[in-house]
Amino acid sequence: MELLRNTNIDFMGLRKISFIISGIVAIVGILGVIAIGRGTANMGIDFSGGIAMQVKFNQPVTTQGVRDALSKGGIHEVELQEITGGNQILVKMHKSEKSAQNVEDALKQNLAGNAFTVESSTEIGPSIGEKLKKDTLIAVALSMLGIILYIAWRFDFKFGVGAVVATMHDVLAMIAVFYVLHKEVNILLITAVLTIAGYSLTDTVVVFDRIRENMHKSLKDPMFVIFNRSINETLSRTIITSVTTFLSAVSLYLFGGEVINDFAFALVIGVLVATYSSIFVASPIVALWEKSSETPEAKAA
Amino acid sequence: MKGYTWRISLILVFIIASFVYLTPTLVDTLPSWWSGLLPKDKIHLGLDLQGGTHLVMGVETEKAVEGSLDLIATDLEDSLTQQNLRYKSIARVGNDKVQLTLYDRSSADTAQALIKKKYPDMQTLPATDEGGFIGMQVRINEKEAQVRKDRAVAQALETIRNRIDQFGVSEPVIQREGLTNIVVQLPGIKDPKRAIDLIGKTARLEFKLVDETINAATATASGLPADDELLYEKKTDATTGAVSETPIVVKRKAIITGDLLTDAQIRIDSQYNQPYVAIDFNSTGARLFDQVTAANVGKRFAIVLDNNVYSAPVIRERISGGSAQISGSFTEKEAADLAIVLRAGSLPAPVKILQNVTVGPSLGKDSIHKGLMAGLIGVLLVVGFMAIYYKICGMVANFGMVLNILFLMGALSALGATLTLPGIAAIVLLVGMSVDSNVLIFERIREELRLGKTPHAALDSGYDKAFLTIMDSHVTALITAAVLFQFGTGPVKGFAVSLSLGIIINLFTSLVSTKVIFDAYLERAHVKRLSI
Repeated sequence: MELLRNTNIDFMGLRKISFIISGIVAIVGILGVIAIGRGTANMGIDFSGGIAMQVKFNQPVTTQGVRDALSKGGIHEVELQEITGGNQILVKMHKSEKSAQNVEDALKQNLAGNAFTVESSTEIGPSIGEKLKKDTLIAVALSMLGIILYIAWRFDFKFGVGAVVATMHDVLAMIAVFYVLHKEVNILLITAVLTIAGYSLTDTVVVFDRIRENMHKSLKDPMFVIFNRSINETLSRTIITSVTTFLSAVSLYLFGGEVINDFAFALVIGVLVATYSSIFVASPIVALWEKSSETPEAKAA
Repeated sequence: MKGYTWRISLILVFIIASFVYLTPTLVDTLPSWWSGLLPKDKIHLGLDLQGGTHLVMGVETEKAVEGSLDLIATDLEDSLTQQNLRYKSIARVGNDKVQLTLYDRSSADTAQALIKKKYPDMQTLPATDEGGFIGMQVRINEKEAQVRKDRAVAQALETIRNRIDQFGVSEPVIQREGLTNIVVQLPGIKDPKRAIDLIGKTARLEFKLVDETINAATATASGLPADDELLYEKKTDATTGAVSETPIVVKRKAIITGDLLTDAQIRIDSQYNQPYVAIDFNSTGARLFDQVTAANVGKRFAIVLDNNVYSAPVIRERISGGSAQISGSFTEKEAADLAIVLRAGSLPAPVKILQNVTVGPSLGKDSIHKGLMAGLIGVLLVVGFMAIYYKICGMVANFGMVLNILFLMGALSALGATLTLPGIAAIVLLVGMSVDSNVLIFERIREELRLGKTPHAALDSGYDKAFLTIMDSHVTALITAAVLFQFGTGPVKGFAVSLSLGIIINLFTSLVSTKVIFDAYLERAHVKRLSI
């Protein structure tokens, strides 16, 4: 079976449209990053802290039962943990969402047959402190630097920058989507972003590899022709890989349940933008850069 | 191509090893013949997947305020002595005041000016005449005390995080609760008591001179001079386990404290095969240590941790260079834990365990079940897609993917790494990468076949041409994973472990494992058309 064969799409010709789209997405993403940095985005308990309640029921309960009861009462973003022995449940939730009283009301209404007492209700700080945030940012910055250096060594400096810009683009795009839809920013989103950063890099490097191969093969062809041919040649691979990864991500989204719903959603978005960016962001940047550096030589000749 | 026997053997060895390491996880009760050499640990699951120990600890913030008042008292003693001001006594009274007793009014005025300058936030109460002496009190105000309490909790949180990180429990949850409490959740650890001991130890390290003029055996705490105190050296007999306590009288004032340390490492004494902790001082500590040892050769120096004397060796010679060692009758584990708490620093105030319960996974069992099902469906969809799209070759790729997952699980289990939801995300990515490597190879093979090459030649050049691409894409991903592993903490680290292991394993399976199947097949059967 084969999906595509000998396509000849002028990807480079589409760069103006793609740059406009990517530019807008990136700006929204940067706004999202600023909002996260200032804590004004919809930050999860991991980052902003919240309320922790210890509830003791008279009869056994399941986390799913409590989750349903709370959700009927309009409280959706909660973290539930069973305490072994004694039918106790630890409820952690966002400070701004609802108060401890709301939790009690929701449980009273929707778990009517099961009386309970609130053992304790306190405010908790974030589990991800300032230091952890800083460490992670440093790690990400260093890994980007490492990638630029590796790709600069294996390919060319321009390719390294192209790959990193495309990866950053994908990270910003994911944040932009979460920011616009006002979804919760938590540790799972961070993980999804890191996962996609890795995926995006792989995707970009594969396209770059073919470009390099073709650049060695045909030195005389104009840059855009070589880039277009390379992307077309790797297109079927790009699509198949995206389809398979997309299948995994979509099944997590559809069947994974509400707790990992946002996480899977981030992966789905990420796979899409990562595929897009290796074709429409990474390659045009390198092509334009290569082209501008080859012009003076052409003039001289 | 000849010589694929060793490749097949290598793959078989890996498969067997993975199963051996996974057996404890897969089988509920290990058979009796499962000997001591074979692994017994189940795969470690993070808090989000399995739950763990939930500790609520109260920081005794009052003690932090008292501690800082003690420091102020010591500092005032030093400053007054430097200015040649005579005083009768300076000590903390209650939990918010420092009491100074001076001989005359003029030195009281000077002292008052000094305090105003050095501690502008402190409140000085008017001096009073107390039977020939001038009494003076300095009080810490409510607001300032609250700031210190707050800082103590924040600092305790950081110290506890450091200790847990160094202890090696990955994926802990550490957060502040209310004004004075800290919640720590540790994913299913084997020895919670040891972890609790480690977290709860204040670890205030002090070096104090032994007062040899007083007979410790007959001394009582009340009969000692004001600047001495009575401590005990606890020794556990290695064979009987009996604890003996030897009293030691030491100078109250610590000469060197733990905050002057830069490092602490466990070492083994080659002569007696005894573990000890080697410590390094910073420049101030080194200078002090040098001075003190030079001035006190022949005397004893007590190493005191949380008011227990670890050892009180005789200073044989001047020790310069800024390193020392703490020896005592401890086991290797105790020495290792001591090194950890010394490195991570002391707690600004003692902590009490208020609650210690076992909690279920933070994602909830229901969600984990759903998540696993969804993951399985995803893998099956990918398997189906590959089988349809690449036919038999697709099945070979699927086999490679299954091997990948098996090897990764085996490796995680063998290394004692922790599997968390972020780790599972890394596996999803790995499934993607595993398929990707094969897609790259297969697309190349198709290109070669279109050029009219024989299946055998197309296969070989397909692998050759895809090789560099696969290397490049894997190395870039590995760079990210390695840096995240080195600098990331908590869940990010768990993600990095799964990802970096996965990348290395995938490189092996995609370039060796699947290739050997094709090689073996093409060797035996004369293939005219490749099912791709």
